[in-house]
Amino acid sequence: MRTRLQTWSLLLGAAVVMALAPASFAQLTKYDLETRMGTESHVGNTTGHAKDAKTAYRRYCVGCHGELGDGNGENNPYLDPKPRDFQLGVFKCRSTPTGTLPTDQDLFDTIARGLDRSNMPQWSTFTTQERADLVAWVKHYSPRWANEKPGAPIDIPAEPEITPERIKAGRDVFARVQCWKCHGVTGQANGPSAATLTDDLGRPIAAFNFTEGSRPKCGDSDRDIYRIFMTGLDGTPMPSFADNIKPEEAWDLVFYLRALMSQHSKEKEMAKKLDLKPVNPNAPAGQQ
Amino acid sequence: MKMRSKLVAVSSALVIASCGVLFLGQRVNAAGEGKITGTVKLDGAAPHMKGIDMSKDPYCVKANTASPAHLQTYEVGASGGLQNVVLYISEGWTGSATASTEVPVFDQKNCMYSPHVLALDAGQTFKVTSSDQTTHNIHPLPNPMTGNIPWNQSQPPGAAPIEKAWKNAEVIPVQCNIHPWMHGWHVVVKGPYATTDANGTYTINNVPPGNYTVTAWHEPDQTMTQKVTVAAGKPGSADFTFKAK
Repeated sequence: MRTRLQTWSLLLGAAVVMALAPASFAQLTKYDLETRMGTESHVGNTTGHAKDAKTAYRRYCVGCHGELGDGNGENNPYLDPKPRDFQLGVFKCRSTPTGTLPTDQDLFDTIARGLDRSNMPQWSTFTTQERADLVAWVKHYSPRWANEKPGAPIDIPAEPEITPERIKAGRDVFARVQCWKCHGVTGQANGPSAATLTDDLGRPIAAFNFTEGSRPKCGDSDRDIYRIFMTGLDGTPMPSFADNIKPEEAWDLVFYLRALMSQHSKEKEMAKKLDLKPVNPNAPAGQQ
Repeated sequence: MKMRSKLVAVSSALVIASCGVLFLGQRVNAAGEGKITGTVKLDGAAPHMKGIDMSKDPYCVKANTASPAHLQTYEVGASGGLQNVVLYISEGWTGSATASTEVPVFDQKNCMYSPHVLALDAGQTFKVTSSDQTTHNIHPLPNPMTGNIPWNQSQPPGAAPIEKAWKNAEVIPVQCNIHPWMHGWHVVVKGPYATTDANGTYTINNVPPGNYTVTAWHEPDQTMTQKVTVAAGKPGSADFTFKAK
């Protein structure tokens, strides 16, 4: 027979355990996720609801991203790069500074755009509402959204006119901040540090090769390229250069990067006319 | 009815107990400053620390010609003193989490981190600087699930210092992807801390009298603990001896 004291100590013990449970950061459980089913997203005028994305996620996403959103779906062993672990709340493609959460719009855009050179396809077939619901679903996996607000998107000034001077100035930025250490002087991803790059989980990762015709991972527009090096790609070796490249210079760098790309462009023509040579890694600072 | 009265009794007892703890905590705080001192040693011969091949970056090679760089896992000084061990109070610290106002500097110098191990109080601001004429990216890797958020920022030559703080206690590896040999540690603890010097000695200051458990941490994940008593006017003492892994 159980004494009253025993019953009380049992209850008290249970209370202590329940109080301590949120303090531990162990693997999320289905129960944790159920409690966050009310997560919302706001994209334009559309409000997305996590609970409405359950079926779509089960049907289209779970195979790679897994039931718990940790990227351990049944296809995981066959994929490289690996599917994102949504529980960590760390995302490559953001309009927000490094170390902050992306905006709902950022996640919405990533779902639509897909991720080039990975198994993440474009999901442009979804309606706006379906995509907004999936954004809310992605957010419900990470406790970060309960404790933090997304970062403030970086300011991108209007794109100036492309001029040969700007392309040349962009080349100076490329040399000064040493993009070539990983991306190589010709943009072929063959810089001295390229071979040893790893992502945050220690898996080998390649720098972007500008010359093989593929699209940058987080979008192909001039503004996308501006955003990539100013916010960095969190979870990868690509750092943020926001503190070290001024907005004006950033546009110069965008134009120079366009000139490095294999796709035909106005910038490439101009660089050709200028007879612009790759940067010299051994030149003293400021003397390219 | 009976149940309810018991519940009230239990909860009021809990409230009284927690008030008592708070009161005691304050009293101990006001009781003045004691300290904990000691020496940390490495058992046996110091393991050989491999040299570092920096040929990826001619600047780094040149910066280290005078004294070739080597790994810093075990920095053993005179009479076996072990450097870069972080000591902190893991139990018994009731002080409020007022972060130290001192702003420690984590410098990138000659393509190495200086210091190799930086101890910090949770919430304490620190500065990341670069003394090098080459671009670094400073990339700490906390576990985002602990509430510390990873970030990754570049520091080209002449870049301004970066000021940051870590929210919660955690051992955080720091790396530079451009120079993959660059590995450092941010050891974030709650409350006062100390790091051993070249002779393996340390002093944790601002410890009020009381009974504590002191933890000694050595990279990557070795820890040892000891019970220490600090009395008024009498510093506590704890020596540790690590075994090379």
